[in-house]
Amino acid sequence: MKAAGLVFSNIHDRCIPEMTARRTMASLPFGGRYRLVDFTLSNMVNSGITKVGIVTHNNYRSLVDHIGTGKDWDLSRRSGGIMILPPFITAYDNPRANKLYTTRLEAIMGVMDFINHCDEELIVLSDSDVVCNIDLADVIDYHEQHGGDVTIVTKKVNFADSAFRNAVNVIFADDDGKVTDFIESTQMMNGEFDISTNILVFNKSFLLSLIDTSIAHGYTDFYRQALPYCMFTSGYYVYRYEGYCSAIGSLSEYFKISMEMLDDKTRDSLFGVKERPVFTKVRNMAPTRYGEGAQISNSLIADGCVIEGEVENSILFRGVKVKKGAKIKNSILLQNTIVHENTSLNCIISDKNVVIMDDRTLSGYETMPFFISKGKIV
Amino acid sequence: MFSRKKECVAMLLAGGQGSRLYALTQKVAKPAVPFGGKYRIIDFPLSNCTNSGIDTVGVLTQYQPLVLNDYIGNGLPWDLDRTYGGVKILPPYQGSHSADWYKGTANAIYQNIRFIENFDADYVLILSGDHIYKMDYAKMLKFHKKRGADCTIAVIDVPIEEASRFGIMSVDEEQRIFKFSEKPKNPDSTKASMGIYIFTKDKLVKYLTEDANDPDSSNDFGKNVIPAMLGAGEKMFAYSFEGYWKDVGTIQSLWEANMDLLGDHPVFSMDDEKWRVYSRHNTFAPQYIGDGAKIKNSIISEGCEVYGTVENSVLFGGVTVLPGAVVRDSVVMSGSVVGRDAVLSYSLIDSNVEIGEGAAVGGPVRCKEGVTVIGDGTKIADGETVAPGAMIPDLR
Repeated sequence: MKAAGLVFSNIHDRCIPEMTARRTMASLPFGGRYRLVDFTLSNMVNSGITKVGIVTHNNYRSLVDHIGTGKDWDLSRRSGGIMILPPFITAYDNPRANKLYTTRLEAIMGVMDFINHCDEELIVLSDSDVVCNIDLADVIDYHEQHGGDVTIVTKKVNFADSAFRNAVNVIFADDDGKVTDFIESTQMMNGEFDISTNILVFNKSFLLSLIDTSIAHGYTDFYRQALPYCMFTSGYYVYRYEGYCSAIGSLSEYFKISMEMLDDKTRDSLFGVKERPVFTKVRNMAPTRYGEGAQISNSLIADGCVIEGEVENSILFRGVKVKKGAKIKNSILLQNTIVHENTSLNCIISDKNVVIMDDRTLSGYETMPFFISKGKIV
Repeated sequence: MFSRKKECVAMLLAGGQGSRLYALTQKVAKPAVPFGGKYRIIDFPLSNCTNSGIDTVGVLTQYQPLVLNDYIGNGLPWDLDRTYGGVKILPPYQGSHSADWYKGTANAIYQNIRFIENFDADYVLILSGDHIYKMDYAKMLKFHKKRGADCTIAVIDVPIEEASRFGIMSVDEEQRIFKFSEKPKNPDSTKASMGIYIFTKDKLVKYLTEDANDPDSSNDFGKNVIPAMLGAGEKMFAYSFEGYWKDVGTIQSLWEANMDLLGDHPVFSMDDEKWRVYSRHNTFAPQYIGDGAKIKNSIISEGCEVYGTVENSVLFGGVTVLPGAVVRDSVVMSGSVVGRDAVLSYSLIDSNVEIGEGAAVGGPVRCKEGVTVIGDGTKIADGETVAPGAMIPDLR
């Protein structure tokens, strides 16, 4: 195989602190039965990548639990397969070096051994905040045709109709796709721009030399320092991806992007691609059972639920129980949430194992969903 | 070859054709028939094994094994992908002196005695792939050992009027079997054999060898081996099982077993997290229930899209019910599409069937014509009517 994958599990944790207090962005539950990393891993596996390293930092229990041996992604292999790469600190390092990495560039530096040991010529980097079903084999072909050193997958975004709370990397490129400039935007800009999805295809040798250069110069930032340094002496290209792709940057974005899954077109572009299914950990729950009084519309529902009440415009994860008389609207209920009788919910995000007792009425607002943290009893 | 000793090895008889399921078993063996929204019949004995701590299972296949082999694969879904033991498919094979199909249930085991001996097993659990139930075989094995039995047969109480359909045991107060009658006209007990046996290995080998050397034998456990052991005065006990157990050998009973999963308090439930039923997984997205959908008292699996009405039904993964369509008292298997305004009633629809727009299939529930069955991959044209009780096989 010509490419290996490298996935960053923690980079965007700070975007959505409510839900990542005790988990990584990679293991954030999404879309009824997935965790965010499933999209990235499936994209890689479906493109023929059979060696993937997942760089992690902290809070990785849920990630390790989710990945297991990697067999659910067919990444349990004799050679290659999946490897979780926790921070590597030796007993003999000087105290200064014992610091955990804080940036993307430092994270890449920390896994140089992994990259060095890859026989593959290409390294595909990806974050785990992206929700998309992209054919990476096509990106790799494009990369090889252009003979570049780096190909950055970008997505066209109109800044007017999306609110970015967090920094995004805007990439400028000419008509041939050659990168001419990039800036980090932290403020609203006007018009349409290509922004980096943080999916990048690197020639392995170039990536290693870029890291060496960065270490020599004491760089810490990937987009601001390392990449620009070599821009004019190397071949940087953009791959303008036109399919569905979103990145989760905040709790309200999590809510909004989750709700996009109720749209036929979004679902088709993510889950309707026959040759590129989205894999996730298998839980072996029974199919969902609907009772006599169930009333459901426009909802996405995973296996293992028992629904006896009303559900509208909502997303129910595996094992959710909705008792008689309960009314659930515009809400996202994570795994094993139990909603008791005659309770009504609107614009709620409940984390795993939340229990909401009888006769409660809870409501948030679309732009400000009400979040109930893991295991709480209301 | 190094092989670790196993106290008990399970042998699962999965070669049955299931001819009474006709349209559903043209291309698959009966144990591979889908059940309950995401399972196949064989998931139940396999899950029981893994939940009971039995990690070595030989699956004896003969009839249409392709789907079954593919489904079992390396046994991963049931945690039976083991370096020592695990699930092994045992098809008939050619030996140095003879090559034979499995002539009967007993003969199938006889031809695979070496598999059992390789694991140096003390006990052999014989299972069949025809029943829906959850059972802890470890408890039965404990019972068998405590009694010092040569053979233990799991039994379930059946109504006396149905007893003549089963193998019936008469037992004393110690649960020792003194009489066994296969499908008796005038049953004198209600303890029916569930087709689940535990044998002490040496006795099993002895009686299977004798049976194989008897040219008049039909090489069947119920007809030959059990009566022979009983006749010789071996210690045989009945182990009473309480709980749900259903033979799904007929269209009617398969339909009923699926319906038993419905209701606010289902007769048979698979929700128990401590006794999970495992199955090979399809990578479906969650189910989507659209605007205008009406769902009542049903079981629906991942990958379904429902825009119409579904009542008292079981939908397998990836089924689409288009707007205006009505699915009532039916079982629709994986990947089938129910067209706009089509009406399905009292039917069993196999996988990948297309029901055309406005088509009408089946009669009212429990109508005397019986369940309507449509075989794998069949297309029902727009506006067509399929009569109640009809059976349309896959004609490809």
